[in-house]
Amino acid sequence: MTAPSEVVLDVADLRVEFRTDEGRVQAVRGVSYQLRRGEVLGIVGESGSGKSVTSLAVMGLLPGTAQVSGSVRFTGGSGSAGSRNPAELLGASDAALSRVRGQSIAMIFQDPMTSLNPVYTVGYQIAEAIRAHHDLPRDVLRKQVLALLAAVSIPNPAQRVNSYPHELSGGMRQRVVIAIAMANQPEVIIADEPTTALDVTVQAQVLEALRAAKVQTGAAMVLITHDLGVIAGQADRVLVMYAGRIVEAGTVEEIFYTPRMPYTLGLLGSQPRLDERRARLNPISGAPPSAINMPPGCPFVSRCPLAAPICETEEPLLTTVDPGGHGAACHFSDQLVGVAPADLFRPLSRETAS
Amino acid sequence: MTPSPVLSVRNLVKHFPVRRHGLARRRTGDIHAVCDVSFDLYPRQTLGLVGESGCGKTTTARVLLNLQPATAGEVRYQGTDLTELSRKAMQRLRRELQIVFQDPYAALDPRLPVHDIVAEPLRIHGCYRPSGGADVRELLSLVGLNPEHGNRYPHEFSGGQRQRIGIARALALRPKILILDEPVSALDVSIQAGVLNLLADLQAQLELSYLFVSHDLSVVRHIANRIAVMYLGRIVEIGTSEELFSAPAHPYTQALISAIPLPDPRKERARERIILTGDVPNPADPPSGCRFRTRCPLFATRLTDPQRHLCTTDPPPLSPHTNTHQVACHHSRPPAFSGLSVVVEDGLPRSARSMRNGKAGA
Repeated sequence: MTAPSEVVLDVADLRVEFRTDEGRVQAVRGVSYQLRRGEVLGIVGESGSGKSVTSLAVMGLLPGTAQVSGSVRFTGGSGSAGSRNPAELLGASDAALSRVRGQSIAMIFQDPMTSLNPVYTVGYQIAEAIRAHHDLPRDVLRKQVLALLAAVSIPNPAQRVNSYPHELSGGMRQRVVIAIAMANQPEVIIADEPTTALDVTVQAQVLEALRAAKVQTGAAMVLITHDLGVIAGQADRVLVMYAGRIVEAGTVEEIFYTPRMPYTLGLLGSQPRLDERRARLNPISGAPPSAINMPPGCPFVSRCPLAAPICETEEPLLTTVDPGGHGAACHFSDQLVGVAPADLFRPLSRETAS
Repeated sequence: MTPSPVLSVRNLVKHFPVRRHGLARRRTGDIHAVCDVSFDLYPRQTLGLVGESGCGKTTTARVLLNLQPATAGEVRYQGTDLTELSRKAMQRLRRELQIVFQDPYAALDPRLPVHDIVAEPLRIHGCYRPSGGADVRELLSLVGLNPEHGNRYPHEFSGGQRQRIGIARALALRPKILILDEPVSALDVSIQAGVLNLLADLQAQLELSYLFVSHDLSVVRHIANRIAVMYLGRIVEIGTSEELFSAPAHPYTQALISAIPLPDPRKERARERIILTGDVPNPADPPSGCRFRTRCPLFATRLTDPQRHLCTTDPPPLSPHTNTHQVACHHSRPPAFSGLSVVVEDGLPRSARSMRNGKAGA
C-alpha cells in the first residue's frame, strides 16, 4: 500500500527494558511503525505508556542501563539524490549516530530550559547545530541563523541572536529549540511533548512555529503528546500507546470518530470539552499496570468493561480492523463498531479509585 | 433573586516586595501579583478562576485563606473580614474554609499513614473523638477509597488516589467552602475525570461551595457555574459559564478560548484562531492603563488613536456587560469573526471559512 521509498523511518519490534532491584521494567514492549515522508504521526498516551522512551530509543539517547532490541532504520535519502542505504540506528556507533542526529533526524524536547545551554547565546547554539554538519563561513552562518529565527517568528532576530536563554520567555525558548531542529533541513523531526510546559496562548504560537518548520523543511514529524486536542489539530495518523505497546493505530479521523479499542474510547470519554457541556465524564476506573514484571494477558484488562477470561491469559495483537491501516489490539474490537464512550464506560455515581 | 454570597472579595491587593541583593536588601519595587480583585462566591456553586501561569490565581486563593497576608482589600465571610483576623481567630474559621492543593505528591506527609493524614485536622481542632477511626473510614469511603487502607502510606497510592486523600482531609472538618487549587492538573486525563465526577458528587451531597482555580478552561467549563478570567493580577471578565463561552466579551478571553485545541479533528481544523503575539509582561512593571494592551489584537489593529490613548492611560474597570456578566475593557466587542466556533452545539462548526481538511467521511 505504501511504496517503501516513501517510508523515512522504519521502527520494527522495538523493545526497551531496564533492570532494577525490583525486577525487569518493560518500558516498551514491541513497538513497530513506519513514518512516511512529509506526514505528521501523532503518538498519544498517558504518563508511563512508553511514548517518550520509544523516541529516545530511536535517537539512541537512552542510558547504558537500558536494554534495547529490535530495529530502527532511517530509510530516507536526501530526496532527489535517490535512496541511500537504509541505515540501522540501533547499535550504531556514536560517530555514526552523530552524523544522523541533527542532520537527518532532529529532536525537540519538552522543556526548553534544560535543552538549551544557559551559558551560550541562542545564536551560538543554533550555529553550533549547523557547524556540526557543515563547514560554512561566518557571515553565511550568521545569515542562516537569522533566517531560522525569523522562520519561527522570533521578533527582531538581529537583536535576539545575542540573547542568552534566560533572557527569553518559555515560548521563545521553545521556538529557538525548533529553530535548532530545523537548522539542517532534517527529514524527520521528533517532537516530544513540545508544548506541554507552555500556557495555551503560547502553545498556539509554538504550534504555529512547528507547522512553519514542517512546511519549510518538508520533514516528516513524530509528535508525542498526551493532549488529544493537539493531536486532533496536527496529526495525520495516530498511534495510541498503553503500557509499552501500540494498542490502536489509524488515521486521525479513524481514531477520533471510529475508535475500536476500549482504552481509546475511554480516553475520549474522560476528556472534558470546551465545545459541549457533558453532565458527567466517563472515567476509566483503576490505574495502568506497573511496568515491573508485567503479567500475561491484556494490560488493560483490569480497567476494561469488556474484560473476559481470554483477556487475562492472552495479550491481543495489533490487528487490522479496517482496510486502509486502522489497527486495534483488542479481542473484542468487532463489538466496538459504532459504540460511543458513554455506552462502554458507564458513569457510576461513585467510582472507587482502588 | 440572587442568593447572598457566602464569600465576598472586594478590591483585594497583594504585592510582593522585590529586594536588591546585598546586605541592606533595599526594596526596589513590587510585584503586582493580585491587583484590585473583587468577586462573590455563592452557596453550593462553583466559581472557576482561570488564567495562565503568573496571572495571580494561586496567590488569590492563598490570600483568601490568610495563608499569605493581603496588602489591601477585604475578604468577607459571614460578616467577618478575614484579612483582619488574628492567627488564632483565623484558625477557628479554617474549619469552614479548606483548601486542596495542586500537587498530590507534595501535599501529603510521606511519613504518616493515610489514617493520620486525614485525622490530623480533626486532632488540631480537637474534634477527634475516641471513635475517630470510624470518622476517618467514613471519609475515605466518601471519596471513593477503600476504608481498610487507612494504615497504608501515601507512596502506596496512585496520583488520583492521593488527590482523593487530599480531598478527604479537606472535608474532615465539614467545611462550607472548599478552595481547589489546580486539583486535577497533575493527573492523567482518564484519572482526572474520576476526580472531577467525585467533586461534583460531593458538592451536591455536602452542599459545598467551590472556588476552583485552574489554567484549563475545558475543565473549568465542565465544573463551574461562573467563571472569572484573570490576566496579570486583574480579573478581566466574569460571568456565567454559558455567557463566557457563548459570548466572550474581553479580547483576552476570546483569544484564550480560541487557543485551546479541541479533541475533535474536524472541528479543530475548521476553526479560526486568534493567535496572541508576545508574552505576558513582567508583573513588577505592568503596562500603564489596560494591562492587556501590549498583546491585544483590538489595540493592535482595530482601534483609532484616541481609543488607544484611553487604553494606555486608564485601567478599564470591571463594569457590567449584562446582568450577570462583567468585563474590564474600554472597547469590548464581539470577536472579529464568528469562528470561535467553540459553541457549536449542533456538531457543525459555525465558521468553515478556512476548512483545511476537505475530506469528510468517517
